[in-house]
Formats: sequence, structure tokens, C-alpha cells
Amino acid sequence: MAFNIFKYSSPATFYPLAGKMVPLFYALAAILAVIGLYISFLVAPTDATQGEVYRIIFIHVPAAWMSMFIYLVMAMWAGLGLILNTRLSSIMAQALAPTGAMFTFVALVTGAFWGKPTWGTWWEWDARMTSELILLFLYIGYMSLTAAIDDVRRADKAGAILALVGAVNIPIIYFSVKWWNTLHQGASVSITRAPSMAQTMLLGMLIMALAAWMYAIAVSLSRARLLMLEREKSSAWVQEVLEKKL
Amino acid sequence: MNWGSWSNFFDMGGRGFYVWSSYLITLACIVLELGLLARRKRTLWQRLTQIMKLNKQG
Repeated sequence: MAFNIFKYSSPATFYPLAGKMVPLFYALAAILAVIGLYISFLVAPTDATQGEVYRIIFIHVPAAWMSMFIYLVMAMWAGLGLILNTRLSSIMAQALAPTGAMFTFVALVTGAFWGKPTWGTWWEWDARMTSELILLFLYIGYMSLTAAIDDVRRADKAGAILALVGAVNIPIIYFSVKWWNTLHQGASVSITRAPSMAQTMLLGMLIMALAAWMYAIAVSLSRARLLMLEREKSSAWVQEVLEKKL
Repeated sequence: MNWGSWSNFFDMGGRGFYVWSSYLITLACIVLELGLLARRKRTLWQRLTQIMKLNKQG
């Protein structure tokens, strides 16, 4: 029998698969975080201009990357749910939102704690920071909107439209440091040119970013499983799952 | 990177407050997210199993 990828697009088959994946991704996240923190604090050298305070970069940049990336994935799933009406797509979109919001909040707060000693201010209404704050509001808006509508299908649709419209903000955040003259510095890592930082610093940042990825996958899959149970509570497969647990 | 001593490590070149606050707040956010998720799981399971028991009783 040929492998059928669509088999896993149904909650009944995806639920147990996700259940196996969650602990695996948590374990990967923990291992990568330990290696990443080791490099961040014990291998990476002192920065020539900033001293030690630059070490905030090892959470700030991965968190900021995740905040944008999760939003795009969330908008993609929401859009697929809107077009194809697949149950799992909308569940995935809703499962990602709180984690995306968490990373956005972390990016903003660590940015403030980095800005104070280096720029002398916790906050500036510059394009990068303002658009990242708007991202946080978009996540909160998406979560409030989907939670406020009782009819699940209508909630998914309304949420999807908000998520898709809000996706315009992502390139604005990303290119803000190029388009406007911002207090925030330009990208330290770019695909087109050599990174402007020591190799071990870059390595630490990339491993921390990978850890954040694994964490995001684990926690959102775990949340997706709850949404599957909640939404399909009267179906036969949920009853079976419940029977087994009792 | 050789810090020499623990106090140097915690001091972070005089910027310990900013560095450690950032890391602690991040940790708190992760713990909070996991805690909220665990609570959501517990209440959902309780509700679903209760409904099932009631259904069985007819």
C-alpha cells in the first residue's frame, strides 16, 4: 500500500501521531537549549563594542525570528482552513497563536532590557519596535476573536481573515530596519552576505533558534491535541481515547 | 570564555541586571505557557470523562 499523507490530515489519525511527537520535540528542545546556553555563556567571547550585555542576543533574536515565522505558519494554516475547509488546518492555526504571542512578548521585553543599557531607553516608537508591538496585538486579536465566537466554523473563518490581513505586517517588521532610519540596528545575519559577528556567537544564536523551534513544535502540537479532543468530543475516536484512559 | 569566578559570571561586566532579567523573564514565560497548557488539559479531560460517565448512566 502506498503511503498516504492525507491519512494524517484527519484528527483521528493525527491525534496519536502528535502524541508520539510531542515528547520527542520537548527532548530535542531541552538538549539544544543546554548546548545553546553552554555556547552562549561559556564559549562565545565578549563583544568588542557592547561587552557582556550583548548576550541577550541569544534569546532576543531567536524569539524575534520565531514571532514572525510562527505568524506566517499560523496565517498559512488559517488560510488553508478557509479555502479547503479542513478541520486540522484551523486547529493548527489556533494551536500556534499563544506560542507566537509568547515569543513576540519575549522579543519585546528582552529588546527593552537590551535597549536600556545600550541606547539609554527601554522603548522607542521606531518602525521595528512599533511593528513588532503590532504583531503582539495581532496575535492577541486573533486569539480574542476566535475565542469570542461560539460557532467554531465561523470563529475559524473570522480568525483566518484577520490572520491573513495581518500577515502584511511581517515584511514590514523584517524590512523596517532598511526602509526607515530606525534606532534598531540592521540584520546581523543575512543570506546574501557574511554575518557581522564572531562564529561562536552566530553558532550559539542558531542553536538557540533551533531549540526555540523544537519547543514551538512540541507545545503547539500538544495544544492542537487538546483542540482536537475539544472539537470532536462526540465523535467515536474521542470516545475510544477516553475509554482507554479510564 | 573564561569568567574567572562565579561573581564575574553573575556580574556580566556590570550588566548582570539586564542580562539575567532577560533570561529569567523568558524562563517565566515558558513556565507560564506550559502551566496554562497543563491546566487546560486537566480541565478538558475532567469535563470529557464526566460527560462520558453521564452518557453511560443514560
